[in-house]
Amino acid sequence: MPEPTPLPTPTSNAVGQSAIRADALPKVNGDFDYASDLAAEGMLWGHTLRSPHPKARIRSIDTAAAEAMAGVAAVLTAADVPGKRTYGLIEDDQPVLADTMANYQGEPVAIIAATDLDTARRAADAITVDYEVLEPLCDPAEAVRRGEYFRHQPLQVGDPDTATAAVVVAREYVVGMQDQAPLGPESGLALPRPDGGVDLRVATQWLHSDQEQIAPCLGLKESQVHLEMAGIGGAFGAREDLSVQVHMAMLALATDKPVKMMYDRAESFLGHVHRHPARMRYEHGADAEGRLVYVRAQIVLDGGAYASTTDAVVGNAASLAVGPYEVEHVAVEAWGTRTNNPPCGAMRGFGGVQTCFAYESQMDALAEELGLDPLEIRRRNAMHQGSKLITGQVVQEPGIDVPNENAPFSPLVDLLDRFAAIPAPAIPAGRDIIELPGGTGNTTHGEGVVRGVGYGVGLKNVCYSEGFDDFSTARIRLELVDGEPVAYVHTAAAEVGQGHQTIQAQIVRTELGIDRVELLPVDTKVGSAGSSSASRQSYMTGGAVKAASEAVRELWATHDLADGPIEATREFRHRPTKPMDPVTGQGDSHVQLALCVHRATVDVDIELGLVKVVDLTCVQDVGKILNPIALEGQIHGASAQGLGLAVMEEMIVDAGVVKNASFTDYLIPTILDMPPMRLEIVENADPAAPYGLRGAGEPPTLSSTPAIVAAIRDATGLALTHVPVRPEHLTRHLVRQP
Amino acid sequence: MTALRAAGAVSTDRPIIFYRPTETADALRFLAERPEAVPVAGGTDLMVGVNYRHIRPEAMLDLTAIVELCTWTDEGTAIRIGSGVPYARIVAELATALPGLAAASRTVGSPQIRNRGTVGGNLATASPAGDAHPPLLATGANIEIAAPEGRRTVAIDDFFTGPKRSVLRPGEIITAVTVPKAAGPQQFLKVGTRNAMVISVCAFALALDLDRRTVGTGIGSAGPTPLRALPAEELELPWAAPAGLTDATVERFGDLVAAAARPIDDVRGTAAYRRHALAVCAARALRRTWRAAFEERSAEWN
Ligand SMILES: Cc1cc2nc3c(=O)[nH]c(=O)nc-3n(C[C@H](O)[C@H](O)[C@H](O)COP(=O)(O)OP(=O)(O)OC[C@H]3O[C@@H](n4cnc5c(N)ncnc54)[C@H](O)[C@@H]3O)c2cc1C
Repeated sequence: MPEPTPLPTPTSNAVGQSAIRADALPKVNGDFDYASDLAAEGMLWGHTLRSPHPKARIRSIDTAAAEAMAGVAAVLTAADVPGKRTYGLIEDDQPVLADTMANYQGEPVAIIAATDLDTARRAADAITVDYEVLEPLCDPAEAVRRGEYFRHQPLQVGDPDTATAAVVVAREYVVGMQDQAPLGPESGLALPRPDGGVDLRVATQWLHSDQEQIAPCLGLKESQVHLEMAGIGGAFGAREDLSVQVHMAMLALATDKPVKMMYDRAESFLGHVHRHPARMRYEHGADAEGRLVYVRAQIVLDGGAYASTTDAVVGNAASLAVGPYEVEHVAVEAWGTRTNNPPCGAMRGFGGVQTCFAYESQMDALAEELGLDPLEIRRRNAMHQGSKLITGQVVQEPGIDVPNENAPFSPLVDLLDRFAAIPAPAIPAGRDIIELPGGTGNTTHGEGVVRGVGYGVGLKNVCYSEGFDDFSTARIRLELVDGEPVAYVHTAAAEVGQGHQTIQAQIVRTELGIDRVELLPVDTKVGSAGSSSASRQSYMTGGAVKAASEAVRELWATHDLADGPIEATREFRHRPTKPMDPVTGQGDSHVQLALCVHRATVDVDIELGLVKVVDLTCVQDVGKILNPIALEGQIHGASAQGLGLAVMEEMIVDAGVVKNASFTDYLIPTILDMPPMRLEIVENADPAAPYGLRGAGEPPTLSSTPAIVAAIRDATGLALTHVPVRPEHLTRHLVRQP
Repeated sequence: MTALRAAGAVSTDRPIIFYRPTETADALRFLAERPEAVPVAGGTDLMVGVNYRHIRPEAMLDLTAIVELCTWTDEGTAIRIGSGVPYARIVAELATALPGLAAASRTVGSPQIRNRGTVGGNLATASPAGDAHPPLLATGANIEIAAPEGRRTVAIDDFFTGPKRSVLRPGEIITAVTVPKAAGPQQFLKVGTRNAMVISVCAFALALDLDRRTVGTGIGSAGPTPLRALPAEELELPWAAPAGLTDATVERFGDLVAAAARPIDDVRGTAAYRRHALAVCAARALRRTWRAAFEERSAEWN
């Protein structure tokens, strides 16, 4: 055997260091090419005509006037779909173009290609659709009664009916429809290929799932549909479902020209799924010491017109319905309804957000009834090593070596205890108006301002659950360039702004001990990487890149690169999971669990109902920090999204019609709304995961919302069961007729 | 004249005439020749409409090179502000003379919007939510309008005729707004569900005139047009013995302001909340200005 080559070590940017992402500078200085910047020689612009009605029968579509317009190259309707008429992430129930029925406001009805976008839009105006407007079904409770749902998941442990409790709190909670609100609109470019296939450049979250859905609709083989990732700002779940993909491909194939599509802001709000709005009835019973005895929960999530990912969202909501607490008797019923409201699907937190607001509010309500500190009631009920989730799944991280003679280690108690060392901030003297509620509006100089503090704990599953056979693929080639080893990394993992590509390079540097790592274009020429969602890419594609690196390293040990390159492709799988029992909800359905705790400090102008979050402190267990600066960015962003849901973000839908499809009226937090954060990042490693990491991008989205609402309750003394909390919720009791 | 072609947003086969004169007279002549032309100052209202295709201007008249519109002058008891002076300059240059308008300007949009947006554009759009309007109402400003046949001055009270409607006629240009210099403390409070960059849910401006012993008011986003609260302005206040301003009087003032509003329910807020918030804001504005005038004797009245 030849002598193994001694491995060099990377000089910088290994795992654990704050490697700077390659897109950071171009995004800041304006050089970055977003999907909306795509262009090709001789390209046409595509545009979509959408149904203005939440429910209508399409009697006929007259495209003659549009087709006759100068500059219009194609006008296509459902009749022109070359292959399968429908698609979908889990269930293929969504029409490429509405055929006989439009089932939500904004549903695509016809598509146009023209020499420029303005002409395409005017052509859309020239299409006459004869609609028979029908009564939409918009009330999710009514949908449940009529059996109109995508999934009903009951869950039963013990028997709440036989349990007796010293204190009971029962409340109904409402979570409004949040939008992912990525700044980059849905955009892409389709290029017809000489072989009759099509190349798509698109900002998406899972290239291979897109490919699998697109090809049959085009009547093509998957090998004829090639996708390449286009520049993206953020996704947050909004890019999991198809948007422009099939439409621009159809137009490109019909015209034999490159076709670009780019939604405007209003269209973007109508053209992607939202977070499921929820109505949840919770009843918690506890003993006199505040230990949970039973929980009953009825959770209705509105899926809107089409299935999208509602099935999986309901599974999360049901399995995580009580949070990270031990309860002996639990009865949960969760529904994902089918209505004529906008379709809802994936958004950061994915079914965990809605229930987290409810169960954390319940924990606070119990604490108040019992005169307990909010941290103490959570400590008393915290899950620990060996506890069971309400699905029966045992929470066991055998590798965690934290000695405790008296009790098994509780990762949650560990996080809760750390707040003692980070006290809530004091009220500074002489504040500027921008530090007060109402901000630049000059509404208060201190009048009516009351401070409040609240906590929120979130439990989120990481990776796909319920038996999904998930994997990711990485191919690495190592070769000598100018005498230096260079690794070329090829995956299909979508960079959606989270910094995944930086992590890949860090892993390769660490595993191969080299400095030069080149990432090849992210496309479908390599195996699937799965979705950039469920906080899973560091785990899954990180795992695949690590495995491929290890394989290359092993080969390299016995191979001189001077004799030629080394290549290895690896698929990475996480431990298998099981479906939930359809009646009892039992089953080891989750791969990994992640915990996050927030403490919010707010100032509330209790007369005007305006809120300023002055501090968010976050303690999160991430298992292992791969890149501190990227991780902090994820925690900041996730917390901000939770803040948005707490106090401002809501798609307002009236009888199926969206009332605020714009950034004028769909408000997302500005820098004046988001406080500077204090973070305490904990590394309780998960031995089953690469480097011990825990998915980190979603958990803070869960816990920041209930923490902020708890703080507002603390300041106002109001029950607050609806998010977002609006000024009128805080002042209703003060309103009098003058 | 040049043709403007913006990739994507504008049809390439339908060039837009774009005219950028330096004199008001040339601008008026252009509008007379091309009735389809649309004036554009900062473009912060207009271009939103263009992007959403609510309007498809065939010709645009850029007002930003007209020197007269881009300057303000001290007229002794009042400041004459060219209609094209952006908010950022009002904040930076006129906060002492016109504290109410400067405070309102500070709340408009973001720094980018304040660098471009103008009071002239705000008035021409005539949105009930326009933030410049309440302080102009509270101070009794005058709007100067140029037409081909000459110039006229319209009192702010007579300017607004309905939601997004005003006395401004096609072919006319707002040249300036003349705002009396502050004769006492002024306040502007804007309620929004975000701490910055937000269209107001409701807004209130108050100007104390210590010489005339009057209170001026302006209400935004709580009626079909910006409004004054005349019954509140007429409320008896203890000018002679300022220490005698009671809580009951302040609350009464707030209630009268709320009663003068004509709000509706919309996505930004409910009518009931708007009335309530106006009562709170008006009471706070009165307390703050009264205190500034009679207790703190502050040199700066805001
Ligand atoms: C992100 C954003 C935030 C905003 N926030 C606020 C806010 O907080 N508060 C607020 O009040 N507004 C806000 N606006 C609206 C807008 O900025 C203001 O109304 C601004 O005052 C418009 O001025 P402008 O010079 O940009 O007008 P333009 O867009 O140039 O013009 C608006 C209209 O007025 C006409 N016009 C302009 N000048 C004249 C003139 N001299 N004579 C005759 N007609 C004229 C134009 O033809 C057009 O119809 C916001 C807009 C945006 C895009």
